[in-house]
Amino acid sequence: MHSDPTAIKKSIRTYMLVGAALLVFTGITVGANQFHFGVPVAVTVALIIATMKGSMVASIFMHLSAEKKWIYGALILTILGFVILMTVPIFTTMDTIGKHVPAIGGAPTAEHGGH
Amino acid sequence: MNIPYTVTERPDTGLTNGKLGIWLFLASEVMLFGALFSTYIILRTGAPEWPHGELNVLLGAVNTVILISSSVTMVMAWATLKLKDWAKHRLYLIGTFLLAGVFLVNKYFEYKDHFEKGETPAHSTFTAIYFTLTGLHGLHILGGMIVMLYFLGPGTKLWKKNPDQFTNRIEYTGLYWHFVDLVWIFLFPVLYLL
Repeated sequence: MHSDPTAIKKSIRTYMLVGAALLVFTGITVGANQFHFGVPVAVTVALIIATMKGSMVASIFMHLSAEKKWIYGALILTILGFVILMTVPIFTTMDTIGKHVPAIGGAPTAEHGGH
Repeated sequence: MNIPYTVTERPDTGLTNGKLGIWLFLASEVMLFGALFSTYIILRTGAPEWPHGELNVLLGAVNTVILISSSVTMVMAWATLKLKDWAKHRLYLIGTFLLAGVFLVNKYFEYKDHFEKGETPAHSTFTAIYFTLTGLHGLHILGGMIVMLYFLGPGTKLWKKNPDQFTNRIEYTGLYWHFVDLVWIFLFPVLYLL
């Protein structure tokens, strides 16, 4: 991170440009929503734009583009944990999603319930 | 007792203790919101139907613009401190605080509208996850505002005593604030548009 006043003044210009770009991307996100794409396309477009916006905030405003390795290390572990969290829904829904599970008739027996 | 490495960097990490601390805190926040996003996916993919168009997109978009603008004013509050321009720093920090306040006021009107229509958290799975995610995010906004208020009031004493440490504290506040903005950048499309 900069401490030199000239470098800080240069960074200020970047912050303003990134702020403007984020506002433009917000406009694009809302505009794209008016087109009523199918759900898979809409999810993909919205998440791609959100990821681009998020990357700009993290790399420029949070100065992640020039940080120390300890912070990168902590964030790599976090991303790993986050990916695991995002994978959990796949394991929980892959076998029953969209399928009707018929109720087992009668009172629970010792084999099917009551534990 | 003096807390070490508040201004100078630790030789082993190359970071001040505060900076490493705030990043570890933010890592735990990623897990917190990540778990809730994961819950959202489970609920949405498991639901036979999911409401669409129930939220006010315009208000959500306005709040996105407000939070992005507040991120710009926050980073400017830090940059002006680095340039030793106290007056501009105050202006930008007050601006950030006010923008955060406007965000919460908008959220209040949004919530009020939902409650008047009977769309409480108990109304549906969608409203339950909507209020949980936005409520938790709103609490984070409130937390950030309390910290900013401290640095606009009693916290300013540190600027006279140790300007570098004060500048670092504003930087950590900024890191937290940008994270709150980042979460909203994902919440807005996920809840309002998809």
